Amino acid sequence: MLIPIRIVPLLPVSTELISSIVHPLRTVYQNEVSVEQPAAKIVDKTYDDSRAQFNSTLLISEMLRRYPYEQTKIIGITGVDLFVPILTYVFGEAQLDGPVSVISTYRLDDAVYGLPPDPALLFERTLKEAVHELGHNYGLYHCKNFDCAMHTSTTAEDIDQKGAALCNDCRKSLGL
Amino acid sequence: MTEIKKSSLLIVDDEPIVRESLTKWFKQDGFRVESAEHANAALKLMEKGPWDVVILDIKMPGMSGLDLLKRLREIDRGAQVIMATAFASVESAVQALKDGAFDYVTKPIDPDHLSHLVSNAIQQKRLEDENSILREHITEISGVNEIVGESPQIKRVIDLSLTVAKTDTTVMIRGESGTGKELIARTIHANSARRYFPIITVNCGAVAETLLESELFGHERGAFTGAQYRRKGKFEMADGGTIFLDEIGTVSPKMQIELLRVIETKQFTRVGGNEVLSSDFRIICATNRNLETAIKEGSFREDLYYRLNVFSVLIPPLRERRMDIPQLAQFFVKKYSMIMNRPVSEISGEAMDMLVRYDWPGNVRELENVIERAMVLSQPPSIRATDLPFQNVTKLDQPKDDTLAAMEKLHVESILESSKWNITRAAEILDIDRVTLYNKIAKYGLKKP
Repeated sequence: MLIPIRIVPLLPVSTELISSIVHPLRTVYQNEVSVEQPAAKIVDKTYDDSRAQFNSTLLISEMLRRYPYEQTKIIGITGVDLFVPILTYVFGEAQLDGPVSVISTYRLDDAVYGLPPDPALLFERTLKEAVHELGHNYGLYHCKNFDCAMHTSTTAEDIDQKGAALCNDCRKSLGL
Repeated sequence: MTEIKKSSLLIVDDEPIVRESLTKWFKQDGFRVESAEHANAALKLMEKGPWDVVILDIKMPGMSGLDLLKRLREIDRGAQVIMATAFASVESAVQALKDGAFDYVTKPIDPDHLSHLVSNAIQQKRLEDENSILREHITEISGVNEIVGESPQIKRVIDLSLTVAKTDTTVMIRGESGTGKELIARTIHANSARRYFPIITVNCGAVAETLLESELFGHERGAFTGAQYRRKGKFEMADGGTIFLDEIGTVSPKMQIELLRVIETKQFTRVGGNEVLSSDFRIICATNRNLETAIKEGSFREDLYYRLNVFSVLIPPLRERRMDIPQLAQFFVKKYSMIMNRPVSEISGEAMDMLVRYDWPGNVRELENVIERAMVLSQPPSIRATDLPFQNVTKLDQPKDDTLAAMEKLHVESILESSKWNITRAAEILDIDRVTLYNKIAKYGLKKP
């Protein structure tokens, strides 16, 4: 049994969207998944004026400072655009085999690309990213299996190509 | 992805946050990642290499990324270096690429671009490594193992071939049919600096004169009926390598002029085309004709002869190096034993004696054919005299001279012996009537034993 997952909604973000991924996450990781109270203003501290984006590495540091992380995996989900200094953007960032990860729904939303909003697609992409970053928290590397949620994705289209579940090899690595 | 997971990556950047975030990014991809904050640390890590990919910041305190790139290339030419900078400048990008960088990116990097770039760099590294291994392999296997023989004559041929191989000199290989002229040409190519490029063989005697021009120079689409596509010619295909023109003595006077022009200029035009093409090739040619006689007769151009006959290698006929016959015969037995999967491994003493005494007008090619035939007929494990096709011929004396009459006498005598002096049968084989055969028997003074 894997250690439990706590989801922290980092406002601004759709809490309905977060609620919708709780059950599928339980199914994938076969463990407890709970949702914390939405946290306001945490992301504000990570805003970078020069990039007009939010620094995901600082956001992880901020969450480590604010949330007790013993015996738990904490994933922050936000609607703002995240980056790491060397890259133009990230969908998410995780501590490999560590307690905290963050994901952004900003670039998972088709509206950002000038397309009509697609709530179902947004749900799928958010779930896949959450499974992916939590997989890193549990110690998984990127997977060569194109269907596996741990397959690397650098564009929204990449995310759409893979599944939301873990492949047999990744499941075996986690003892599932 | 499995291959990429085993790859190694070195990140050189003075900003800790860049080193940390890239290290994390690529560790999640399964890379072995190390980072260095300045040039000295990078050089120390390079010594511990090899590294597949190096991501190198251009602007660093102390030694710049461009200077470090040159040092890194001195230590490990195989590592693919991706230059990164926050301050894009065309000059520095061009300089980096000139100095051997794989590519150049500006910070911040698009993650999708970075992912593809590193994948491509690793693929490039894999291909270069593979190419290097294959080149070594080619060098290893391109010896002279295929040339069999210990006689002074064949050793002289090998020595000459290896000597001329190192140069770019045009070579003319001369020798009777079946002596192995193409094998010598391939040996010269395989031991030359051109060995990593193709050797293109053109049998000038086997291609109709009207098609030889298209064969050698290529043609454009629609150049003639049936030319549905543009086709590269042999000279174009031999770019960087060697073109082997076999049976050069059969080339028509018109093509001889064309060849002379191409050999002198290394330029040509495809049939039906206007574009003048260049190709860097070496010429090796071969003939069994007496070209000096052909020049006197006016059928071969003297100027082309001197262009081609810069360095001549004469392969002696097999009858002039009989001591090589046993070794060659055993070589072919081994070869066909493997091909036919027949457990034949030896040649009886009597059969070997016949092989050595036979004159081999078809030279090594004929010997190979005889052994191949005998392998089919033989009872394993050995080839016996009865498996050979020329029991009677070997007993014949050599002709005293090379005149047609002497050859005819020998041939008629041979056929009479093989047909046990059955005049009707012998006349049928010789395709002459019985009266003519009687006349020839009388003319040459042949007597029934």
